[in-house]
Amino acid sequence: MTTLTTQTSAPSSTATSARLYGLVAEFENPAQIVAAAEKIRDKGYRYWDCHTPFPVHGLDKAMGIQRTILPVLVFVAGAAGCTTGLALQLFTNSFNFTIWALVWVTGYPFLISGKPALSIPAFVPVMFELTILFSALSCVGLMFLMNGLPRLHNPLFTCDRFRRASDDRFFISIEARDPRFYRSKTEADLKACGAAAVEAVVED
Amino acid sequence: MSTIPAHDIDNTGDVPGKRAALVLGHTDFHQVTNTICRPNETRKPPMAWYIMFGISMLLVMNLGFVVHYLIFTGVGVWGLNNPVMWAFDITNFVFWVGIGHAGTLISAILFLFRQKWRTGINRFAEAMTIFAVICAGLFPGIHVGRVWLAYWLFPIPNQMAMWPQFRSPLLWDVFAVSTYFTVSLLFWYVGLVPDLATMRDRAKGKVQQMAYGLFSLGWRGSNRHWHRYERAYLLLAALSTPLVLSVHSVVSFDFATSQLPGWHTTIFPPYFVAGAIFSGFAMVVTLAVPARELFGLKNLITLRHLDNMNKVILVTGCMVGYAYGMEFFIAWYSGALYEKFAFMNRAFGQYAWAYWIMVSCNVITPQLFWFKKVRTSIPLMFILSLFVNVGMWFERFVIIVTSLANDFLPSSWDRFVPTWVDIGTMLGAFGLFGVLFLLFCRFLPMIAIAEVKGVMPQADPHWEGWHQSHGAGSNPAAAHSAQGDNS
Repeated sequence: MTTLTTQTSAPSSTATSARLYGLVAEFENPAQIVAAAEKIRDKGYRYWDCHTPFPVHGLDKAMGIQRTILPVLVFVAGAAGCTTGLALQLFTNSFNFTIWALVWVTGYPFLISGKPALSIPAFVPVMFELTILFSALSCVGLMFLMNGLPRLHNPLFTCDRFRRASDDRFFISIEARDPRFYRSKTEADLKACGAAAVEAVVED
Repeated sequence: MSTIPAHDIDNTGDVPGKRAALVLGHTDFHQVTNTICRPNETRKPPMAWYIMFGISMLLVMNLGFVVHYLIFTGVGVWGLNNPVMWAFDITNFVFWVGIGHAGTLISAILFLFRQKWRTGINRFAEAMTIFAVICAGLFPGIHVGRVWLAYWLFPIPNQMAMWPQFRSPLLWDVFAVSTYFTVSLLFWYVGLVPDLATMRDRAKGKVQQMAYGLFSLGWRGSNRHWHRYERAYLLLAALSTPLVLSVHSVVSFDFATSQLPGWHTTIFPPYFVAGAIFSGFAMVVTLAVPARELFGLKNLITLRHLDNMNKVILVTGCMVGYAYGMEFFIAWYSGALYEKFAFMNRAFGQYAWAYWIMVSCNVITPQLFWFKKVRTSIPLMFILSLFVNVGMWFERFVIIVTSLANDFLPSSWDRFVPTWVDIGTMLGAFGLFGVLFLLFCRFLPMIAIAEVKGVMPQADPHWEGWHQSHGAGSNPAAAHSAQGDNS
């Protein structure tokens, strides 16, 4: 904490023309980032984030993150999977009619060991598997989509210091598009939270 | 780091009121990253890796040969005959699917039960699951005879207006195993993404940086992302738990819904699931013991982890033993002539040797794990885990072959003897598994870096060390890591 440094990570020749993306502040440990996140939240910033090598307990609350609706969406996908499983089996094995599903397809009521055409219990395993399959695929797919990933490039990656966000350091980034962002004031805010270092990141 | 000695710290005991340390010898997060990434970042893996890889590669070449020979000639090259129409193929299929189950148990069920020790072993147990299911998928694929018609397994609209028969457990199997593979792969990959980001940020070469960067999807440790990530991970665990139970239940339906004595039993679904977990944990121990030794991971996969796994092996071994006994009881209690014969024939018939190998490996040897000395002895647990692997392979062989070889009508009885193609395919699958696993050890972090950091006491914002001293200069852990960085 003896050296509070502010510098741009981009080469100086481009720094003049490049637009500022935001400020990144480095913290040493989970206790500091939780304390700092509470302060930044209370200053009323909107476009800001914490970056940690592992999920830090209590940081969601400190940042004021609302609970995600992901589980609701996954439930809907699971219900869709279950219905698909039932419809698929009823159509292909229980009834004889023709529908258009990309091509014209006709169902066929199989007679197996004299079992009834509507043998729902025998259809349960496939319904179950498709419920799980649809839920799991949508769970992972939606999680990444809602997170805005994949996004292979991010201005934060130009900052060398930020590489330790996946190792042993904890960061707060505040974006320049935030209505409350004023470079000098925001920098002072971050330093007041106990940041070990604050760095400016430019768009490239 | 791995140079810090682990053997003088014993974390296998329990002190009341205190949690045993799961990470030994590491005082900060950076050391954990270093220890786990070192096997992936060193220029050359240990000599043993090359030897194992060479052997596995030879077996894979042999697999390629026998599978081609099978496809071009027909399933007659196997030792199958009229009553024994399933033998090594389905034995291997059930064996490998079973191996996979421990990975899902560790990653999903132990996660739901908040068993934090799973973090040390979940990554490579999940990798084991995926590679085992790949090996398993091979066998139904090639045993259908006309491999080029394997698409008939799926409900694909075709010019013959022909659909699969959804009342068959064999078709349930197609759906169960393919769903299981997909979900396991997703679970594994979701867990890998933050660690791939770590690898990307540490990469020295351009190629590594590009490859790890591509697969880490631009993960930047954002807490808004972590929030959804943790939710999604919990949901995946909750979805995988019933899935894993359903998969081996469905596999057991392949047998249980038939009317063959020895197969037609209601105990099969729970019995198969317990057996799957039993064999899978044995395989995890078989893999973990050399891996932690070779790659310097002894402080992260500690003796306590192994001790816990051996306890699971003991419990599931007892369940399997109970199932063996209960099968005999029900056969006797049913009063059915064919049932009684099927079980007497198992124990004293033409395959009695296989039955007694199964019982001694699966029921008797795991009982040694009652002794803590055995549970915490590396050589003993390695040998016992091999015994369990062998025993569980024989369990599937006994169930499948003895029931088929001597069925209702003595005039149709026959004897199954494997041919060199049968044995070559079985060994080849082990080679395929070995190659995939060794490549995984070389190129991907073997332990979940982010998760292990999360169970260290330092990960807690309320850890006393963070509050004794404010500021980096006076913080011993932070100062230590700064030194490590400069060197």
